[in-house]
Amino acid sequence: MKVNANQEVEVKSNLVTGSDLLVQALEKAGVEVVFGYPGGAVLPIYDALHRNDTSFKHVLSRHEQGSIHAAEGYARVSGKPGVVIATSGPGATNLITGITDAMMDSIPLVVFTGQVAEQVIGTDAFQEADMIGITTPVTKYNYQVNNIADLPRIVNEAFHIATTGRPGPVVIDIPKSISETVTINDYEDDFYLPGYQPTVYPNPMQISKITDELSKAERPVLLAGAGILLSGATEELKQFVNNWEIPVVTTLLGLGSYPGGDNLSLGMGGMHGTYTANTAIYESDLLINIGARFDDRLTGNLQHFAPNAKVAHIDIDPAEIGKNVKTAIPIVADAKQALNVLLQQEVNRGDYTKWLDKLKGNQKKYPLWYDRGDNPISPQWLIEQIHEKSNGEAVVTTDVGQHQMWAAQFYPFKNPDNWVTSGGLGTMGFGFPAAIGAQIAKPDHLVISLVGDGGFQMTLQELAILKSQNLPVKVVILNNDALGMVRQWQETFYEKRYSHSLFSENPDFVKLAESYGIKGMRVSDEKDVPEALEEAFSYDGPVVIDCRIDRDTCVYPMIAPGKGMHEMIGVTK
Amino acid sequence: MKRIIIATVQDRGGVLNRITGMLNRRQFNIESISVGASDVRGISKMTFVVEVSDKQKLEQLTKQLNKQIDVIKVLDVTDKAIVTRELALVKVVATNQTRAEIMTLISAFRADVIDISKDSLTIQVTGKPEKVDALISLLRPYGIKDLTKTGLTAFPRGYQPEQGYSELNSVSAHG
Repeated sequence: MKVNANQEVEVKSNLVTGSDLLVQALEKAGVEVVFGYPGGAVLPIYDALHRNDTSFKHVLSRHEQGSIHAAEGYARVSGKPGVVIATSGPGATNLITGITDAMMDSIPLVVFTGQVAEQVIGTDAFQEADMIGITTPVTKYNYQVNNIADLPRIVNEAFHIATTGRPGPVVIDIPKSISETVTINDYEDDFYLPGYQPTVYPNPMQISKITDELSKAERPVLLAGAGILLSGATEELKQFVNNWEIPVVTTLLGLGSYPGGDNLSLGMGGMHGTYTANTAIYESDLLINIGARFDDRLTGNLQHFAPNAKVAHIDIDPAEIGKNVKTAIPIVADAKQALNVLLQQEVNRGDYTKWLDKLKGNQKKYPLWYDRGDNPISPQWLIEQIHEKSNGEAVVTTDVGQHQMWAAQFYPFKNPDNWVTSGGLGTMGFGFPAAIGAQIAKPDHLVISLVGDGGFQMTLQELAILKSQNLPVKVVILNNDALGMVRQWQETFYEKRYSHSLFSENPDFVKLAESYGIKGMRVSDEKDVPEALEEAFSYDGPVVIDCRIDRDTCVYPMIAPGKGMHEMIGVTK
Repeated sequence: MKRIIIATVQDRGGVLNRITGMLNRRQFNIESISVGASDVRGISKMTFVVEVSDKQKLEQLTKQLNKQIDVIKVLDVTDKAIVTRELALVKVVATNQTRAEIMTLISAFRADVIDISKDSLTIQVTGKPEKVDALISLLRPYGIKDLTKTGLTAFPRGYQPEQGYSELNSVSAHG
């Protein structure tokens, strides 16, 4: 029989490896960037990245934790899912902090972990770790690919699950034997998930209950959470709030969902929220929560949380409604869709004049305050300077601790998606790599990474990425040679027994930056701050600024643990 | 309060681990679980008996179950007209003197002897948990060598009267 030469070529070109299928699936999903680190079990995948002219780029970190926090920062700022690749065993376990962080803060991630070959799974093989077992409690969903024919469908499903409903991380564990298998390129990626159909549209009857209550209320408050940002509902929120003249409290993760500094904005609520925001919730008779999950750092002691309020809660995750706070009007919906229906209702507000006057009075009487020194620098003043020099328009990422709270208090965000912080998990080492992802998402935007000297040292090896990718991130270290928040709690609750919270040895951060080929600066005096910030922010490239701040400054006001929202300390000087 | 909850799930890898892990992590107290195939390929049914402190906790439980990607449907059948069954295997000491006595005793429970040896009988009993427990306590004086229970499985009845059936379904004697 005669063989048609053309036909043979065609058959050959239709043969691909599992890794090629993965690359194709990522391209089909519209991935722009992958954050990763190679290793034994993902060698076939990395070979496919090398072999194919991929439509996405790969950013090489120096530690897998750097990859995943960068992916989180990218996702938070771009609204697109962050994609991560790591090898099996230690590569995969190094991702756990980031996966858990993304789970807590509802950040969409699709994470690929290598796995040892199927033949040796379960034998304690070299670099084997049970990633399905380990990640089940900290992922929205996870998969191990056991049949190459499933790979395109699983990737497609994973992106769908990660980005819809309440977003979250999805892990796909790929055995090396799957990624290196040669196969035909002919698999469907259609999926059917009968158990996963998030409710997006609200029940209109429930929505009209909110407006009914609003027309009867005297002291309404709206609590705006990250759900507003995730559903892209900031414009709708602004319109709704302005139509009804409801004062707005934002959660830590919800900062930017309503313009900070606006007339109706009371600022952040919670443990280090403003006095006005917290007492407003405490005294309210109607609390409308849109897209927040009543986290304990917001509510304080639940017994004293909004004791006189009727609570309405709009959330896309039904399990969040009624979990911590008794809810009179539960609404399962996407924030944007719920607000759209709310906007269709007739505006018939109660008389809030007295209420708004009272809140205005509180804002005037009990503003955020701080003591001003000259040398070292007052951290809150420094944040205000950063706000001023960046016109309040920078993307700001933070780590966790005092600097995070000062940033939340003193950098009012007028725009959405400019605030990237680790809320639920409270991950030190998050802020700096997150800024890398944020800068990749917005290459032309000023991205400022506010970090403490403690957290920065957990992931500073990623300075190598700033250099290699030439990312102009401005790293501002609020350096007090201490774990500031730990120190503060030891001062307040442990009679100043500073157990292991003060650093006696810190590196020279300027030299450190320079050793990576990055511009390093140091400021210790307040008079040098404005000029240094201007220089750094206008510099075309990455900068690390070591700002020597006062060690003894505490974050105030504060709701002490176990206390109610009405029991704030440090409200005035 | 004890509740009987039936979850219809997609039979994907690790689904049981996923669900029991979640229940454990969120501090729900599970008394029994039984899992088995349904008549639809790829779909399994899980029946849980759980002890919850109040309504709010119960609501959280059903919501958290529903939130699992693999869970298709969650039904709290405690207050419905239902049929519940459990199966137990009991290996009891039996001598020449007691063997006949035990066999008579279990016949009232419509239980079966499924294995006989020189010094023991293995008995299979099926029914509501109360019935199973009643037989077990009757057998105990003879000396129980081994015991295993499947856990409860349940079904709503075809006919559902208007009124609640919580009292009929009381499983308080169980466990």
